[in-house]
Amino acid sequence: MNFNNILETIEKVDPEVYDKLDTRRSAMKQFASFGSKVALAAIPLAIGSMFRKVYAGGTGTNDTVVEILNYALTLEYLEAEFYVNGLNAGNLIPNADARQVIQLISKHENAHVAFLKSAITAVGGTPVAKPTFDFTAGGGSGTGPFSNVFTNFETFLNVAQTFEDTGVRAYKGRAAELVGGGDYLTAALRIHSVEARHAARIRMMRKEFGSGIGNVKPWITLNQSGINSSLVQPSYNGEENTKQAGIEIVNINGTGITANAASEAFDEPLSKAQVLAIVGPFIKP
Amino acid sequence: MSRTKTEKDLALLAEKSSDNFSRRKFLGYAGLATALMAGAAACNPTNNLAPNDPVTGVSLGSGDVGILNYAYALEQLEAAFYVKVIMSQYSGITASETAGLTDIRDHEVAHREFFKNALGGMAIPALEFDFSSINFASRDSVLGTAKAFEDLGVSAYNGAGRLLVSPDYLVLAGKIVSVEARHAAYIRDILVRNSFADDSIVDAMGLDVTRKPTEVLPIAQTYIKTPIDASGLPFY
Repeated sequence: MNFNNILETIEKVDPEVYDKLDTRRSAMKQFASFGSKVALAAIPLAIGSMFRKVYAGGTGTNDTVVEILNYALTLEYLEAEFYVNGLNAGNLIPNADARQVIQLISKHENAHVAFLKSAITAVGGTPVAKPTFDFTAGGGSGTGPFSNVFTNFETFLNVAQTFEDTGVRAYKGRAAELVGGGDYLTAALRIHSVEARHAARIRMMRKEFGSGIGNVKPWITLNQSGINSSLVQPSYNGEENTKQAGIEIVNINGTGITANAASEAFDEPLSKAQVLAIVGPFIKP
Repeated sequence: MSRTKTEKDLALLAEKSSDNFSRRKFLGYAGLATALMAGAAACNPTNNLAPNDPVTGVSLGSGDVGILNYAYALEQLEAAFYVKVIMSQYSGITASETAGLTDIRDHEVAHREFFKNALGGMAIPALEFDFSSINFASRDSVLGTAKAFEDLGVSAYNGAGRLLVSPDYLVLAGKIVSVEARHAAYIRDILVRNSFADDSIVDAMGLDVTRKPTEVLPIAQTYIKTPIDASGLPFY
């Protein structure tokens, strides 16, 4: 399904469609004016409803939708290449059990990249190119603080956990802009919860390998990374929050809920600026 | 609208009702309360909580309040389940499992109490549960149920997010659903190793399960004695 096919479909229903459009960009802006004439039932569900969202004029503009999708794509590129490199590194993954976990996560991240690319194309946008990554966090130098990331499994898991926990927070940080997004919002939520499953399993693996500092759990306690590196701290700052919608969760209604549990029970969002600052060292400018 | 004394009494009654407090008796009180509350509701057109009718059950309400009550009902279910899991621990439970399941219990109680306070006078009362199909002495029974509840919760939040109008509520739901997904991954993996995100729940596009409220509630209702009326919920 490409954009021209969709326009041809529309033309059959609304012959004046091209009079109403001069550029593809303005097509997006004009879609609201010929709303419900077109049945998009033939279009595959996920892509179709994303398009319908734009067509019907939802909360965000098309530019916003494409921008958010490209933001997500950049993060998925980062994760996808990271796991592929890990799987390809000799003597990194210590056993078949661990390899099974990394393979499954890698499969999902690659699928997310493909899904987001097709979604961006379907709404008339252009997928951003994959950046050149530096998983040592050296900003392109290849000699950053995680220089042994593909030779030392502990370092690899530290970076994996940081990417997964950050990914969960990053999707959450854009949720408010997607209100009214229909299937498109649902798709973002469905990626978001998969990232959270990954994060939990990576954290369990870190505990099994005894590689963490403190008690690493599948959930985030306060603002603790359990990683002996200050570089990852911005991915955890703010997670110590125990107040939700103005309601204090610690000992709420006399239940004895601790600050640890109150912070673990809610994952916190990160803004785009915060996320870009976090991933900055992993991207060659 | 602040809660009337009758509503408070009703909620208290539901909270205090235990396994030996018969549902018939509870509904008897509820029916009486309904008659009293109907008048109060009629006085205030902004009240979108229907009276709790003994036949159609507890109404979740409509709009964002309805969706939040829907989440509140599911969190009540999860919290009640884990409270019982920790009170009557299965044979062979390890220290690590006790710690993990106690954490999850606390998270679910925190979610439940959060929704209760956030909804205030619009909150549904405490629900009654039927866990008779679960063998709390059996690890497989407990963890199998926990897995079902967590995956159900994740799919419920994923499917309900689009029904929310308020960006703030959507973010709040997002804050909770990722923790439910962490729970799901943990439970799945201690039950069947490396099943944390297997192909039964994550599809070929890398997307997690999503369910509409109309798909979730019949599954949840199996464990909830109190009939739930979701007819006012937004839908798609």
